Amino acid sequence: MNKIILIIKREYLTRVKKTSFIVMTLIGPLLMAGLMLVPIWLATKDIDIQRIEVIDETGYFINQFENSSELQFRHEFVSIDVAKARLYDDVYTSILHIKDVKNNPEVKLYYKKQPGFATLIKIERTIEKVIRNTEIQHKFNITKEQLAEIQPSIKVKPISIDIEGEEESKNVAVSSAIGYAGAIVIYFFIFMYGVQIMRGVIEEKTSRIVEIIISSVKPFQLMMGKIIGIALVGLTQFLLWGILTWVISAILMSIFSPDALSSMSQTQDVMKEANLSELGEHPFQLVIDSLKTIPVFQILISFIFYFLGGYLLYGALLAAVGSAVDSEADTQQFMLPITMPLIFGIVVASTVVQDPDGALAFWLSIIPFTSPIIMMIRIPFGGVETWELLLSMGLLIFGFLGTTWVAAKIYRTGILMYGKKVTYKELAKWLFYKG
Amino acid sequence: MDLLHIKRVYKSYANHHALHNISLHIKKQSIFGLLGPNGAGKTTLIRIINQITGPDKGEIFFENEKLSQKHIAQIGYLPEERGLYKKMKVGEQALYLAQLKGMDKGEAKYKLKQWFQKFEIDEWWDKKIEELSKGMAQKIQFIITVLHEPKLLILDEPFSGFDPINTNLIKREILELRDRGSTIIFSTHNMESVEEICDDIALINKSKKILEGKVSEIKEAYKSNVFEIIFTGNMIAFSTALWTGFEILESKEDNGRMKVTIKSAKPSDVNELIKTIVNDVQILSVNEITPSMNDIFIQKVQEVMPESIEEEEKEGALDE
Repeated sequence: MNKIILIIKREYLTRVKKTSFIVMTLIGPLLMAGLMLVPIWLATKDIDIQRIEVIDETGYFINQFENSSELQFRHEFVSIDVAKARLYDDVYTSILHIKDVKNNPEVKLYYKKQPGFATLIKIERTIEKVIRNTEIQHKFNITKEQLAEIQPSIKVKPISIDIEGEEESKNVAVSSAIGYAGAIVIYFFIFMYGVQIMRGVIEEKTSRIVEIIISSVKPFQLMMGKIIGIALVGLTQFLLWGILTWVISAILMSIFSPDALSSMSQTQDVMKEANLSELGEHPFQLVIDSLKTIPVFQILISFIFYFLGGYLLYGALLAAVGSAVDSEADTQQFMLPITMPLIFGIVVASTVVQDPDGALAFWLSIIPFTSPIIMMIRIPFGGVETWELLLSMGLLIFGFLGTTWVAAKIYRTGILMYGKKVTYKELAKWLFYKG
Repeated sequence: MDLLHIKRVYKSYANHHALHNISLHIKKQSIFGLLGPNGAGKTTLIRIINQITGPDKGEIFFENEKLSQKHIAQIGYLPEERGLYKKMKVGEQALYLAQLKGMDKGEAKYKLKQWFQKFEIDEWWDKKIEELSKGMAQKIQFIITVLHEPKLLILDEPFSGFDPINTNLIKREILELRDRGSTIIFSTHNMESVEEICDDIALINKSKKILEGKVSEIKEAYKSNVFEIIFTGNMIAFSTALWTGFEILESKEDNGRMKVTIKSAKPSDVNELIKTIVNDVQILSVNEITPSMNDIFIQKVQEVMPESIEEEEKEGALDE
């Protein structure tokens, strides 16, 4: 036991002290903070006021465009050629040319400053609405006010009722986002650190230190020490990333805010008006509301469980692969079948999000090879029964005990085997060698 | 008294026998040569003693106790194919490996510093292995093997990679370790060093033990009654004198001196030979030619060759 701690310590310290680890730890949060702040920065940039000169040859649209803080429409009664000619001498950022829209549903926007997607959508929706309303007014001969009365605005609010009759309103977008994020983090963790285990084993094998070590400790201790040591490196990195990201975002937020934050909500207002947002009336409030309804504690506990469980399951197999080959170039044939279920999990993730309690989602969240990813996607939706979760966790525990057993058998033979092209048949034989 | 007693050990892999009924007695405070051609099963036997792998059948006793995990700290092992972590600092990894053998960190550090001073390599402590030459790294490995003062040292080709000066240094250390109480199993193909330092040997070929005993006794047993005589005088008189019981293998003349190699048909000694020829020629020197370990090795291994080749063919067929 004492020796396995020595091994864990070495595996941990040599990796944590590496320059590449320190660099990654520092750069990671900067990238993450960047990912969070770039949209805000872009939003800030995009809210320069667009002044749109409307040349309306049909006459339907006079005073139909609503001005907002960043979009201002002004009708000018000049010919399009004149307007185009003076665009660069004028205050307008673009010219909206409407001509015979009933027969030719194309409206041109000449610009000197490219308008955002949201702006285009808003103009399209407005024109469509105006045409529709004018037609209705003409056909049924009603006033503009009467028309406004019969313009309904409906939002569907999904509310789940659990077995005790407790009602909860949930937000699908937030649940999906959390599920995806958790699943992707687990996926990367397994890949990044699983491959590190494999490399470590290959390093010990090719440098031939392994025979010296296993004359002091059992191969199983060496393998487990390596797997656990590298898991701790991974946890350290994520912890540091979490803390640093939080610190950096807090600092940057205080520099940018409150302008940045308000401008972000403005962008979302635009999106909402343009019917792009699923979030509804008050986006931030809604996110916070739905966070309350999401089983945060359950998510955290299961995240840590599936994070480690998945890593141990695949880590043991990758250690076995490392032991069976002489160099990293030979790992290809074994890597692919091992990582297949993992990649499959990420690929079907979008289907699972569509139907988080369906048969596909259920089975993939029970099978240990895909459960770390698929269960993480399902949990934020809250539809996972306790027995399902327990079954999935139990099977994952059995799963990694099983892969560790298989890996230990392959490992102990493989690390002393040199210069032999190993086949699956050969590996199967190793499973039944006596110690 | 035996430090290690190997009792009827068998080990086989998927389709070949690595060890077949091997029994050995390794005396305390002796240097035991474990010899054999490549692939004879030496490494398998060494791995079994190190408990890296277990025997299929048979038992091993360490100081009359059944070999178990607790003996790991009593054994030091220098494998033939050996290496260290390339990116790790010399001192750091020496400490790590010593601790894996069960040494206390402080004690390990103290003893390491002593060895480093002895070998005059103090300045290597903070270097990485990849910055050292192969010979330098081998020195570090030797220190790591003997650092915890094991009762049993297993050295597999300890001199490979060393220049003659360092070979002598290591040889001296091995003899000193034996004199201070260690028992050493020494596996090598270098027969010269076997003659020089081994007390006993065992020769393994094709998984079977084919020769065993004290080096001096084996050489005595394998001497072939061949003598080399240098004399001046008449060659015809010489051969007439030797008429019965001797066969001339080779003769050479050099500046009036004759150098003749002869073989006696029956066991005889130098005295007897001298008596036979002393009246006929002027003897300058007489030497009994004893076979070298190298000759014995080649002779013994080739004796069993024909049979083993057949066996190998059979195994090959099984492999398909």
